Amino acid sequence: MGSIGVLLVTPVLPYLEQELDKRYKLFRAWDYPETAQLLAQHATSIQAVVGNSGAGADAEMIEALPKLEIVSCFSVGVDKVDLEKCREKGIRVTNTPHVLTDDVADLAIGLMLTLLRRICECDRFVRSGKWKHGDYKLTTKFSGKTVGILGLGRIGQAIAKRAEGFNCSICYYSRTEKRNSKYKYYPSVVELASNCDVLVVACPLTEETHHIINREVINALGPKGFLINIGRGKHVDEPELVSALVEGRLAGAGLDVFENEPVVPEELFGLENVVIVPHIGSGTLETRTAMADLVLGNLEAHFLGKPLLTPLF
Amino acid sequence: MAEESNNGTNHMQDLPKVLLLGPGPPFCFESLQLLYSHKFHFLNPHLSDLSLQHFLDHHHPPSIPAILCSPKHSVTADVLRLLPSLRLVLTTSAGTNHIDLRECRRRGIQVANSGALFSEDVADMAVALLIDGLRKISAADRWLRTQNRQNTPWDLFPLGFKLSGKRVGIVGLGSIGMEVAKRLEPFGCIISYNSKHRKGRVSYPFCSTVLELAATCDVLVVCCALNEETKHIINREVILALGKGGFIVNVGRGELIDEKELVKCLMEGELGGAGFDVFENEPRIPQELFKMDNVVLSPHVGPLTESYMNICALMVGNLEAFFLNKPLLTPLILSE
Repeated sequence: MGSIGVLLVTPVLPYLEQELDKRYKLFRAWDYPETAQLLAQHATSIQAVVGNSGAGADAEMIEALPKLEIVSCFSVGVDKVDLEKCREKGIRVTNTPHVLTDDVADLAIGLMLTLLRRICECDRFVRSGKWKHGDYKLTTKFSGKTVGILGLGRIGQAIAKRAEGFNCSICYYSRTEKRNSKYKYYPSVVELASNCDVLVVACPLTEETHHIINREVINALGPKGFLINIGRGKHVDEPELVSALVEGRLAGAGLDVFENEPVVPEELFGLENVVIVPHIGSGTLETRTAMADLVLGNLEAHFLGKPLLTPLF
Repeated sequence: MAEESNNGTNHMQDLPKVLLLGPGPPFCFESLQLLYSHKFHFLNPHLSDLSLQHFLDHHHPPSIPAILCSPKHSVTADVLRLLPSLRLVLTTSAGTNHIDLRECRRRGIQVANSGALFSEDVADMAVALLIDGLRKISAADRWLRTQNRQNTPWDLFPLGFKLSGKRVGIVGLGSIGMEVAKRLEPFGCIISYNSKHRKGRVSYPFCSTVLELAATCDVLVVCCALNEETKHIINREVILALGKGGFIVNVGRGELIDEKELVKCLMEGELGGAGFDVFENEPRIPQELFKMDNVVLSPHVGPLTESYMNICALMVGNLEAFFLNKPLLTPLILSE
């Protein structure tokens, strides 16, 4: 298989890059100052593209790769892949579900706890030496709060299960009500936001869910409400969120994702009531390795003519 | 007019006396004095410049049956000796290591604490410190706010450690320990514990020593009471048994851990990381910890959320029960 061309559009876990290099003819997009140059030289050699949450395969790239057969995403979200174009051209698309569900759910709860209990701020308080001069203040209790989940898929359900251990009440919004769910359903995001203390975004990013967290939802969540985003930055109208936080119209936010990563709005750096982390949802060695094995397994299956492991289609 | 003021003074002198030994927790003693001075005659030596002994000279010590203290004021044998009619020591904390329990038992003095009031909040703190430490949340937040203002690539931030599936050993399966276990189970953690005695009706595996617990776990969460037996229960041997990838969380008391050895082990790479809400000499903390990215440091705020003020109602409930000769709400059983 050493002659099969694979395009890696962005740096990933070293293990994945090394294995791709061993098994295929690997092209690294960042080795070329211009994508156009890469395509001009090697377009006809490339049969597979590997991307992640930050970069994938848009219509322009897909059109430029006549031999492209498969896009294998090193992520569960596929919003950076033009799915319509792939479907049109019969290109297979795979992602990495299941293996990262636990880590992302763990981080969601971690963001809730560190946000409400001001753990990062407490740590800063201690390291600055301020504790010698006075105690820290009261924070917000997490146990028993109502957690609203936007999107009750695998990750949403894993978050619900963990929050229940803290005696939290769970409610949710999704496109359709889940018949077998024991959790309370709200038919709109605004109603969900009005009826919970902590709102967590856990749905896929699509045209319909772009900016699903807008000014109306933020106002419904209110000055005592908290927002947690472990989905995609574009789920949230970021300028609206920032002004709500600065003006005190929202109690706080825990954010793993941003509209234009790696750019974080400047205003957030000065706020005590936010926890900001650089897209670490699946960021453990165990999980990234399992994700890498899925990418490699899907590619191998495809080129051997076997059933794909985790295809979208 | 003289008669009226006499009546007022007499009325106050009829009320049972409660000696407040602080400094009290935020607003607690002030709230009690504001809201319950029609029921109890609160004496607060902290408001005067006198030593405790001199303060008491003005207040007829044999007439004082109850102390309400915070964990910041030791109730030693010397203090107890000043109050020959003392029958009750109440503390606003769950911890009782600041009280000479043996002397209380000898003198027939009842002791009550905060019971399970703070267990949820302290358990939340323990889990918060654990997830933060393993997944590097505070470190990541710090990284973004300082080193990353130039928007450098995010794949440069180091990977964390998976929580799900970790073997978690709980040191002290009391009220707080049980709440921690209940919270970590849905994360897929495998729970085992060490306690002074094996707990019936608990399905988690019991280890008869902390050393054994450390040898079979990836994480230790320390939630036990501090007393003569448990001082430095986490020592170098236990830390080394936990191993290089191990993680320790302490929400009990600082002296449960040999802090000097712990810092040494962290510096030598013998321990993966740690999360602390308590330290041996609060608020003084070993400076070496400030430079470490694999520790999370918290200023003893385990119970300090909006529900903290419920402590006032609980303390009043205990006082009322005591003065009516009824069973205390949250008594400590002073065993051998």
